[in-house]
Amino acid sequence: MENIVKNSSRRQFLQSSVALSTAAVGGLVIGVSIPAIAKTATAKDGVKTSQPNAWVKIGSDNKVTIICHRVEMGQGTYTSMPMLVAEELEVDLNAVNVEIAPANPVYINALLGGQLTGGSTSVRDAWEGLRVAGAQARMMLISAAAAEWKIPETDCRAEMGQVIAKSGKKMFYGELAEKASTLPVPKTPTLKDPKSFKIVGKPVKRLDTPAKVTGKAQFGLDVELPGMLIASLAQCPTLGGKPMSVDDVKAKAMPGVIAVVKIDDGVAVVAKTFWQAKTARDALNITWDNGVGAKLSTASISQGLKDALAKPAASVKKTGDAEKAIAGAAKKLEASYELPFLAHATMEPMNFTADVRADGCDLYGPTQFPQMAEGVAMQITGFPKEKVNVHTTFLGGGFGRRIDVDFIVQAVQISKAVGKPVKLIWTREDDMAHDFYRPVSLNTLSAGLDAAGKPVGMKFRLTSQSVTARLFPPVVKDGLDPFMTEAAVTPYNIANMTVESAIHDSGVRVGYWRSVSHALNAFANESFTDEMALAANKDPLEFRMSLLEGAEGARYRNVLKIATDKAGYKAGGKLGNGRFQGIAIMEGYGTYVAQVAEISVTNGTPKVHRMTVAVDCGMMVNPDIVKAQIESSVAYGLSAALLSKITFKDGKVEQSNFHDYPVLRMSEMPRVDVHLVASSEKPGGIGEPIVATTGPSVANAVFNATGKRIRKLPIQADDLNKA
Amino acid sequence: MTKLNVNGKAVSIDAAPDTPLLWALRDHLKLNGTKYGCGMALCGACTVHLNGEPVRSCSTSLSACAGKNITTIEGISDKGLHPVQQAWIALDVPQCGYCQSGQIMSAVALLNKNKKPSDADIDAAMSGNVCRCGTYQRVRAAIHQAAGQPATQAREA
Repeated sequence: MENIVKNSSRRQFLQSSVALSTAAVGGLVIGVSIPAIAKTATAKDGVKTSQPNAWVKIGSDNKVTIICHRVEMGQGTYTSMPMLVAEELEVDLNAVNVEIAPANPVYINALLGGQLTGGSTSVRDAWEGLRVAGAQARMMLISAAAAEWKIPETDCRAEMGQVIAKSGKKMFYGELAEKASTLPVPKTPTLKDPKSFKIVGKPVKRLDTPAKVTGKAQFGLDVELPGMLIASLAQCPTLGGKPMSVDDVKAKAMPGVIAVVKIDDGVAVVAKTFWQAKTARDALNITWDNGVGAKLSTASISQGLKDALAKPAASVKKTGDAEKAIAGAAKKLEASYELPFLAHATMEPMNFTADVRADGCDLYGPTQFPQMAEGVAMQITGFPKEKVNVHTTFLGGGFGRRIDVDFIVQAVQISKAVGKPVKLIWTREDDMAHDFYRPVSLNTLSAGLDAAGKPVGMKFRLTSQSVTARLFPPVVKDGLDPFMTEAAVTPYNIANMTVESAIHDSGVRVGYWRSVSHALNAFANESFTDEMALAANKDPLEFRMSLLEGAEGARYRNVLKIATDKAGYKAGGKLGNGRFQGIAIMEGYGTYVAQVAEISVTNGTPKVHRMTVAVDCGMMVNPDIVKAQIESSVAYGLSAALLSKITFKDGKVEQSNFHDYPVLRMSEMPRVDVHLVASSEKPGGIGEPIVATTGPSVANAVFNATGKRIRKLPIQADDLNKA
Repeated sequence: MTKLNVNGKAVSIDAAPDTPLLWALRDHLKLNGTKYGCGMALCGACTVHLNGEPVRSCSTSLSACAGKNITTIEGISDKGLHPVQQAWIALDVPQCGYCQSGQIMSAVALLNKNKKPSDADIDAAMSGNVCRCGTYQRVRAAIHQAAGQPATQAREA
């Protein structure tokens, strides 16, 4: 895993993305060949499959398969990745097979330095590389046809899975693929002008929908192998606790039980069916070593954050002298914002299937990080890379949870112990109690305004926990985790600005959670922007516009104008009909967002009626999937803003299922109006940014409705009634 | 041995009587389209029809299904030709897709009883089905479309 770690610093991200664009623009070959895989293989039915490069397989039966190297967790990669290849390959998108890629270095995400799906990087990373892959395969097929017909390549074109000569002669790709795969990979693939795209940029139908409306789509939970057993694992209810001893006499005597296995994280019952495994697991009598985690409570964690305010912080940005500017300002204000732990709560609870045999190991299931799955299996089994195969299924949600591989380690350990294929299935309660939680944060801001209400200085100190310090420690340098400081620096033109970041370990294990620190920092920044506007006696829209002048503010101003125009925004967010609006803006993942929440408040409970979202995410692969991701992000962000939090008592998570960890439901879903900016800017990410702007847009609307400032989420009726 | 009828076929299942229908369907009949989400009837991912009524199969014991008719997602239309599935396809409702079998089973049950559901009817019938991808807006539109109403009829803002 070392290369992942080494390659995943923010600086490396930039270098990699530059290298990638140079490769495509300059025509250099990027790594698209897979040396380890035979160029042509013959199946039992006699069909020969040839593979001109790592993304394209063509059968002698003319069946084209596109390898999707980013996992599908709802965000649409199963469609958008093949669209990019198919555009240049000149095939009918609806006739191609799609296969999820195995773990192989050729599929590494250059923006993250690993074969990892996350960080809203898939389209940004693949935009050029996958078109290059499609174009190279197309050119090799054309070369093969030209050689066959003994005519110049320039007299041939590719169309709908065929090469067609000027004379009208035609050959199907399936007839050319074997020859084409032996040809040299073109060093200067010619990419289409985006103006001539037939697939990319169009709202084509998702390729996974038919399987997902018939129950046929295979998730991790659905993996079936001959002789497979099911495992249910008891883990210590206290954070980080380990099993000391177990009395399994009763469990072992129960029907269907094959084995009881003690592993690092707990005690697993392996049985023929899930219900047998789960019932017997509940009959185990385990003595736990609770460890140091037993002392943690929500109050002690919150106090820890407050104490950490005295700790030194690393500088994120410093222009001018904010301290001095604020001290001399006509008006001063200060505020702190505190956010809770959150669970990912994917609909599909954690699970994985491992088949550890004497001759190798196969893994099946939902993971965002196939390369890490392969790595941990190699470590546990001692097998070399070529004996470990990762078969990634559809993911029933990811949201960052499935970047971690704890449940994969467990499945491999259990399968190794029993020598059989084992599907480990967590219960919802397991999933809620053993997440890697979205970190807590305590963000403190202060500002000074001049007599005219113009901000002259601003300070932002963020205090939170670093996920990166756990997962990729070398990326954290000089006290700075680049993921923790996302959206910490606002676009607003304030002459004297200090932004500082302090890493505080809360003692709770934390993970990347959809939009990561954007959600923590944008909530503070965009709420405080409204607080500054109030202090300046200006409307929040007018106040923002006045601080977004010049070329740098152009994309922000554009989306802000569109969102507020379309929402029918009125001064102070007061619509005059019992409805109130709030604004939030942000840039994240290269995407510019402006969002207007429209709410009413009854008995201290806000109801969100409408979300108007204007987005400039540059060029798009599939605008309908972009739209779906925005709708999705609003829902995910609203769960966090209105409903969900994880709390601790005596080191145990107090929530266990959807009754005490409420999430947004149909009746609470507002209407979402999306406005996409037509753009020729390079693609931005879309899976996450709107999660971050949803919270502050609602909190600002609540203030406009009630005069009560929300500085904690989720918004609780109690807080609104008493505040 | 519990005898019941699943998707029009008589089946006998050799499992403990307290086994939830969900796990009997999945582990014994290998009907994997019905999903486990919470085990407490809180999320709706496991929704199937019992004698035509939507039930949460994670919290319905196998013994309670003896002699009854069960319909799962596999029994609606294998090829996705049911009007609800067709509307789902037309509007590209699913994202991760995990909850969608349950969403569709709840929607089919709603439309069987109420040919032209209002937004409030949809809220009442569908709020037991959690979707963490937040496909609710499209679920609503697809139900309207399957009911022969304009799919553009998004919730009144």
